[in-house]
Amino acid sequence: MPVIFITDFLIFLLLFGVIAFFFYGRKQEHLRAPWRDVRKRSLAMSSAVILFFFVCIGLFDSIHFHPKIETDESSEKIYSNEILSILDMLLNDLRLKNEKTYSAPLASYSFSREMIEQENGKQIRAYPRLIYGGTSLNKPESESTADIVKRISLGFLYGLLISAIIINLIIFVLSKLIRASYGVTLQNCLLNKFNTHWLAIFITTLIIIITICIICSLSQNYHVFGTDKVGQDVLYQALKSIRTGLVIGTLTTLVMLPFAIVMGLMAGYFRGWIDDVIQYLYTTLSSIPGVLLIAASILLLQVYISNHADDFNSIEQRADLRLLFLCIILGITSWTGLCRLLRAEALKLREIDYVQAAQAFGVQHYKVMFRHLLPNVMHIVMIAIVLDFSGLVLAEAVLSYINIGVDPSTYSWGNMINSARLEMAREPIVWWSLAAAFIFMFILVLAANLFSDAVRDAFDPRLREF
Amino acid sequence: MISYILRRIIYALPILIGVNIITFVLFFVVNTPDDMARMHLGMKRVSEAAIVKWKDERGYNKPILFNSGVDGTKKITETIFFQNSVKLFVFDFGRSDSGRDIGYDISQRMWPSLAITVPSLFIGLLAYISFGLILAFFRGSYVDVSGVILCVIMMSISGLFYIIGGQYLIGKFLHLVPISGYDTGLNAFKFIILPVLVGLIGGIGASTRWYRTIFLEEMNKDYVRTARAKGLSESRVLYRHVLTNGLIPILTGVVVILPSLFIGSLIVESFFAIPGLGSYTIDAISRQDFAIVRSMVFLGSVLYIIGLILTDISYTFVDPRVRLN
Repeated sequence: MPVIFITDFLIFLLLFGVIAFFFYGRKQEHLRAPWRDVRKRSLAMSSAVILFFFVCIGLFDSIHFHPKIETDESSEKIYSNEILSILDMLLNDLRLKNEKTYSAPLASYSFSREMIEQENGKQIRAYPRLIYGGTSLNKPESESTADIVKRISLGFLYGLLISAIIINLIIFVLSKLIRASYGVTLQNCLLNKFNTHWLAIFITTLIIIITICIICSLSQNYHVFGTDKVGQDVLYQALKSIRTGLVIGTLTTLVMLPFAIVMGLMAGYFRGWIDDVIQYLYTTLSSIPGVLLIAASILLLQVYISNHADDFNSIEQRADLRLLFLCIILGITSWTGLCRLLRAEALKLREIDYVQAAQAFGVQHYKVMFRHLLPNVMHIVMIAIVLDFSGLVLAEAVLSYINIGVDPSTYSWGNMINSARLEMAREPIVWWSLAAAFIFMFILVLAANLFSDAVRDAFDPRLREF
Repeated sequence: MISYILRRIIYALPILIGVNIITFVLFFVVNTPDDMARMHLGMKRVSEAAIVKWKDERGYNKPILFNSGVDGTKKITETIFFQNSVKLFVFDFGRSDSGRDIGYDISQRMWPSLAITVPSLFIGLLAYISFGLILAFFRGSYVDVSGVILCVIMMSISGLFYIIGGQYLIGKFLHLVPISGYDTGLNAFKFIILPVLVGLIGGIGASTRWYRTIFLEEMNKDYVRTARAKGLSESRVLYRHVLTNGLIPILTGVVVILPSLFIGSLIVESFFAIPGLGSYTIDAISRQDFAIVRSMVFLGSVLYIIGLILTDISYTFVDPRVRLN
């Protein structure tokens, strides 16, 4: 039985919007030319592939449902209360393999000592074997290194095989599209003679798929990133956090975009008292320190939720509302910059001949704004979207740390860091939760940064900072 | 000049009134004092008398906007809006929900905040400008390209990583300075080093890159070409012309945040257990002390608006093309 969260709905709305914009932009030369420039850049294309993988995971994690409970009678369908996503089903292995408590990455023994009863009835304090870590081994001390190496090489080979198939498939489709023979297409790809930097795409795909295969092969027998305090697999948490990061990074911009565009264009186009009011509005909002406004709003949301606890069917729904609310608040604190830019641009554009001509013909104001101003500020909007993304992903972690971010029950990198931080005092230290969260966040943010740099350079080389 | 400053201050008043109304609406209208009392006293099973008592103790027992039960001007003054929001204009912050004087706490706690933020700002400025200038000097070469790549990588690392990593490496592993804490007087020095250093490293990526573009933009201008054509050496062009002109956007960007230095950094202070205004706010957030959060929101906005006014004034000093009026 499917369940649709508000953020799920908005994500797919956004996806639909992006696809629609893609087909709209394909016909517009002034949008196509900069994208051609982006496609030529190797770093941008590598980042795009990485982002693509992240987005795929995020989308899989955005289709939720109540799983069916297996019953003998087929007549009646019973659904469990639990809400799972497609990603949960794919990662069933990771999700269900829970240990008792901490365990290090690739370990076979638990992190902390326990009383163990031996066969001869004596009790000793020792590190117990993990339930799911290194189960196939008899003597983990001596065998585990060899086993790990074996699994890594196996994963590597599988990765090579799978990526070879995928890359060949891409080249095959490409050769059909450009009506050339397979060999010529391959040669042109390798020599980088196309408009798109296929070589970078292939290499990145190769690396990603090999990494995925190695991790898959290792996680059959180990916890690749260890387990956390309650024994949950850290890799699973990190993968689940991808959706939260993407939601914060994209929905925030989606939420603020209509306000910023409408207000910015209106202020610049009409000038006069409308301009004054809008300027007053955004100066007031931007003068409140962002973190404090977020803190105040989240506090108030907490009061609201605790006083209206009955309105929510499940913890997940409550957490989802908080996530959406966080996006809205972040949007409110960050729309002012874009609004200011659009106002300045509209002030310039309204004096240009074609706008004057449209006015002289008696075209209605909203039509002038929609038909003549909006398409000419689209590049600023696009740059703002991609530039904001990485900052928002990083902001989520910080906000979750001071407990004004996402709900504590939501998987997010910020929550992972927050809960792992207290364990830094342990000896030996528990570093893997932190490491996993930071690595995933770093890859996503770096890819987003590199990609947004390329987009910005392509669309407006002079607009370097705003 | 004085009339200009006065006019700017008068312009700032409506904005402050706007901020005040926003905070008032957030804290007293969206959630009524009854909601707050319930939240503090424990959800549902709480008697009406306990709520009234909680509100009495904190002065939330008045009507929100208009008190019809009393006479004359008291109709307006004996209200939550006047007592708790309007009084902020004269920096009368009132008492926190736990009964402490907020104004006194702020005056005590701003010094540790300043001890962190002021050195961070100035050392950072010096370092970032130097790095930016070096990269601009070697523009297009391997030094520049690798420097920019390094900047992007450092930008992509979460600030939390720098804090946790710095605490572990310097505090716990090398035992050079205490991991966290604070002391009075000169003893505070050893507690300040680590936060300042961490803040410095955390900001390198974004700031260096930004300063580099500022300098590069200056370098493409005509006066630089003229200076080179005159036969000035590259270092003289760089220091005498590019640096001084590039400093204009940098300094005016710094002036905006100068007043906000009082507030301190929320994250750094709470990680390093510095008893400044940042950790004060964080504590208030986790204790759900609305009075403190409200005061800090207002104080933060006031300081930001002062920063904006200072920026406009400083423009007239550093850039003679900008005229008042």
